Amino acid sequence: MSEKYYLGKHFMMGNHAIVEGALMAGCRFFAGYPITPASPIAERMSWRLPEVGGAYIQMEDEIASMAAIIGASTGGVKSMTATSGPGLSLMLENIGLAYMMEVPVVIVNIMRGGPSTGMPTLTSQADVMQARWGSHGDYDMIAYAPSTVQEMFDFTIKAFNASEKYRTPVMILGDQVLGLMTSDLYVPHKEELEVIDRKIPEDGLEDYLMYDSKELIPPMAIAGMGYKVHMTGLTHNDKGYPDVSVVAQEKLMKRLKAKFKQNLSNIIEVEERYTEDAEIAVACFGSESRSVLNAVKKAREENIRVGIFRFKTIWPFPENEILDLSKRVSKIIVAEVNLGQLIHPVKENADPDCEIISLPHAGGAIHKPEEILAMIKKEATS
Amino acid sequence: MTKIKPIITERHPRDKLLRTDRLPHIWCPGCGLGKVLGAYGEAVLKSGIPVEKHAVVSGIGCTGRSAGYLNVDSYHTTHGRPIAFATGLKVARPDLEVTVISGDGDLATIGGNHIIHAARRNVNITVIMVNNFNYGMTGGQASATTPHNARTTTTRYGNYEYPFNMPFLMRAAGATYIARWTALHIKQITDSILKSFENKGFSFIEVMSPCPKGFGKKNKFREGIHQLRYFESHSYLADEHDLTEHAPSMHPDEDLPIGEFFADGGRIDFLSSQWKVFHKDEK
Repeated sequence: MSEKYYLGKHFMMGNHAIVEGALMAGCRFFAGYPITPASPIAERMSWRLPEVGGAYIQMEDEIASMAAIIGASTGGVKSMTATSGPGLSLMLENIGLAYMMEVPVVIVNIMRGGPSTGMPTLTSQADVMQARWGSHGDYDMIAYAPSTVQEMFDFTIKAFNASEKYRTPVMILGDQVLGLMTSDLYVPHKEELEVIDRKIPEDGLEDYLMYDSKELIPPMAIAGMGYKVHMTGLTHNDKGYPDVSVVAQEKLMKRLKAKFKQNLSNIIEVEERYTEDAEIAVACFGSESRSVLNAVKKAREENIRVGIFRFKTIWPFPENEILDLSKRVSKIIVAEVNLGQLIHPVKENADPDCEIISLPHAGGAIHKPEEILAMIKKEATS
Repeated sequence: MTKIKPIITERHPRDKLLRTDRLPHIWCPGCGLGKVLGAYGEAVLKSGIPVEKHAVVSGIGCTGRSAGYLNVDSYHTTHGRPIAFATGLKVARPDLEVTVISGDGDLATIGGNHIIHAARRNVNITVIMVNNFNYGMTGGQASATTPHNARTTTTRYGNYEYPFNMPFLMRAAGATYIARWTALHIKQITDSILKSFENKGFSFIEVMSPCPKGFGKKNKFREGIHQLRYFESHSYLADEHDLTEHAPSMHPDEDLPIGEFFADGGRIDFLSSQWKVFHKDEK
């Protein structure tokens, strides 16, 4: 079947831009379950995947959706699911499995107000910590935080690339505002984009090991190649066989953690604006950063030396970047649509002489620019 | 005194289907799981489908360890989720022959939602559910197939719940091949697996297996052989078995219907149905 793409300029919904980005990145399998406000992703996938020769399946719940995309990816097919907070809670079990088996998958979380059913139709950024720490055990997560419809497209491609490159689950943290926002989108030709595919071993290697500890990220044999692989959620040896022992656990966890630790500079992306001479920085991400930028511009008109520090990736946390910023400014305001989550790693990593101030929001809307501006003014004069 | 010489044999023809470097396995003496593995291996060899095109997915528990001993592409997943995992693998890679081998705790209990929906979809996979009537690996707790009144470590006074009758549930949910055997029926299990490979759609095979250390010790089957003797004396071939009849009771006064309960080639399978819809404009 031929592959159909809608190139060029569009006026498109953020959720739909994610779908187009995923297909461009080579996603050919989607399993999901309806949930507000992420459903437009599944809806578009259900008719777009057949247009590019892929498969869509609506599963019985988010637990099954997550399991299905891991299964599909072990078959060598790039796979994705999309959900919102309550669905993410159900996916956490198998996110751990994907991490442990080292299977590339992409999970989109279009955040909404919580806890529990919370506010299905209203926004929040309150799943920041759940994205990183929700599954049990010591694991890592790469999480992208787009802030425009174009970034919903671009970062989805980045997410697939990172998952394929590092053989790990990767999350996109959007929110209701971004998911349902309609805005400009440019879809380039596939040739103009960098698309990374996982490393697969050559055929017929005698000494192939699925989890070769001599390599940081071993190539991944896919089902049907003849390697008769074994993949398990149990602690395992280089061959993939269960080895539940202190020695095997330490060896495996050391390599898994090193995959991220040794690639921090390749993964982490942040953006700074107006920070060259700033005394105050507002740290933010996602839809909230749109309001922050507006407020910072207004403050600049009033000659307040304030800048914006935007997380494009939230996890792994940009520890060095925050430390560096905290040495240049005297105050960092952390503006987020939750009651104070990202402020914790900011505090942990900032220079002790830099004051860290929380600008929380209980959810349902992002901060109004005036609210952020008021906080900036207050801090500039105190 | 005569010296006992070790018996040296040639490699077993099915050895290549086993990860012999992982033996001995973790299963208890008297367990029926080895028989199921043997039957699956035999079916793979007889299937005519290249070994590298077979994949096995397991969940958690004693039967969940099956994937780890079979020398095919094998995936040992999370508790209750192998069917969902296998669905993803099969739908993304229709060229593979995907089989789920897991237990009653995994498939009928924690994974109950997934098994009924896979049957409803008639998704093209084979599910072998080894029913040992309890959670063996975790020490013999009650599951959704533990017979009424049976003793387990969590039903000391007798099970006050009633079990699922899995073939009946699978029939209602839409499975297109349904069989039930015991660990004694190796030939029949093998044939059923072969028929499942050929069945376009969702196939369900229940294999009742002794579990002397879990279920058996509390229910008058102290050794594996005791439960096998019960299987032998109480099972009867019931091809036309009325599926509404109750689940296996393991009671000395009650019989054990086994056999090929249902085979329906008439209902369209998931992959064909999907293909038909996607290509409805093409003639």
